[in-house]
Amino acid sequence: MSDSLPINPEGVWAIYRQEMARTRRTIWQSVAVPVITTALYFVVFGGAIGSRIQQVGGVSYGAFIVPGLIMLSLLTQSISNASIGVYFPKFTGTIFEILSAPLSSAEIVFAYVGAAATKSVMIGLIILATATLFVPVQILHPFWMIAFLLLTSIAFSLFGFIIGIWAKNFEQLAIIPSLIVTPLTFLGGSFYSIDMLPPFWRAVSLINPVVYLVSGFRWSFYGQGDVGVGISLGFTALFIAVCLVLLWWIFRTGWRLKP
Amino acid sequence: MSPIISIAALTKKYASGLVALDAVDLTIDKGEIFALLGPNGAGKTTLIGVVCGIVSLTSGRVLVAGHEIAREYRAARSKVGLVPQEIALDIFSTVWRTVRFSRGLFGRRPDDDYLEQLLRDLSLWEKRDSRVVELSGGMKRRVMIAKALSHEPEVLFLDEPTAGVDVNLRRDMWALVRRLRDKGVTVILTTHYIEEAEEMADRVGVINGGRLVLVEEKTALMHKLGKRRLTLRLHEPMAALPSSLANWPLALEDGGKRLTYTFNADAEGGGGIPILLRRLGEIGVDFTDLETSTSTLEDIFVGLIGRAA
Repeated sequence: MSDSLPINPEGVWAIYRQEMARTRRTIWQSVAVPVITTALYFVVFGGAIGSRIQQVGGVSYGAFIVPGLIMLSLLTQSISNASIGVYFPKFTGTIFEILSAPLSSAEIVFAYVGAAATKSVMIGLIILATATLFVPVQILHPFWMIAFLLLTSIAFSLFGFIIGIWAKNFEQLAIIPSLIVTPLTFLGGSFYSIDMLPPFWRAVSLINPVVYLVSGFRWSFYGQGDVGVGISLGFTALFIAVCLVLLWWIFRTGWRLKP
Repeated sequence: MSPIISIAALTKKYASGLVALDAVDLTIDKGEIFALLGPNGAGKTTLIGVVCGIVSLTSGRVLVAGHEIAREYRAARSKVGLVPQEIALDIFSTVWRTVRFSRGLFGRRPDDDYLEQLLRDLSLWEKRDSRVVELSGGMKRRVMIAKALSHEPEVLFLDEPTAGVDVNLRRDMWALVRRLRDKGVTVILTTHYIEEAEEMADRVGVINGGRLVLVEEKTALMHKLGKRRLTLRLHEPMAALPSSLANWPLALEDGGKRLTYTFNADAEGGGGIPILLRRLGEIGVDFTDLETSTSTLEDIFVGLIGRAA
């Protein structure tokens, strides 16, 4: 029992399973929408426009955008899953039960973020599978591909969790993803190599964190990226660390959780 | 009796500056039913919130079964179940799933036999596969109770359990509380319905403006502060009290048609009613009817809060 155990695996599992059940309830919204959206991207960018674009670094344009498309979904899905996961109990008031349970803050974060990241990884893999139907995809570094998939999902699920705690209403919940994350993703080289940009905009792009994620992920597919893979990994790790420090502070002070 | 909850010098000051709890000391014994009475905003819900870990305390010390609530939060919280005032449920989940979820959340392994019995006791078994959103308000409240009891807590907090609840559910709730007491579960309920405390509680605490005004055995409280009253309907209205009765605590009401005598509920020998009646007979005061009444906890409560305010 939790009297003797320093951890509460039953509690973590309960939250994780509840979150995954929420995914099953909204299976269409959760899985079908990203798949259909991605298929549309392939038709428009890969098929219609891509046929007029020359190869990028020896890779056909359709194949070139696969990592970027997966990243785009990973980011938006991770943030929305994790932020709704924690915002919804706050909204309905059921958060009281989580806060009164014998769970550490680390366990609560682990359960919610774990569930959100699981869902994102699943969606990422489904999109990858969908992509292979449209374009020839090769994965040179499968281990690193999976590593980037996991790390990005975790990083942005943590970020989404923070947004969910911070948000006081549904508008705030939507504002960061749509006003900041989506533009950064589109400008982060999802659909182009930043080498294609004029020098000035290329320099500006390098302050966009998403560039590093997309670049590293693309490297794991085709062995080439806009920046070094080490920098990409380092940046992802740094992002996770910053989120963890913020969450540590949130739970220590009870900010927007406990009166 | 060993204390299951001990609260010492508990103070809660909200960011707004509101002092919701002001140096509260309270000890709750294992297995008792304790009613916390007080008007709205007195600090009842805050007190419960602190013990359950959903409100952080400003200063003071709270132990649950000997475990300090911040340092040993796992041991402390696993022993506590809370039914908050507001219904808060995952409305898309089913009754069965949400109750199982709560049990897991509190670190207990699944025990479907226990949960089945729990749902049967709360008349929820037939509804186990219904989604929460389809349930009536009363049923939702039963689900809240089932969730709070799902991990077999030793202490159950019921925050305003019967506010806006129909007669059936209220009766069931009282029966449930007695069953829990028989099993040794400590029940702490807040209410502003005095009859609830009067019906169920072993001890009563009165809180007002964040201060614990009084804690007393219910029966002792009734004795100490309860009043009895004898009312005599006089045959002939009286303009003033006869001087020979001046040392009796008597009063004339209704234009001298009624004579009332108030005394302590636990006074011996009926508080001297026979003597008074004899005296009245001797001085020739006739009456046509008489009745006695005992003050309720409500009268006591109103008196206390009135005095404190």
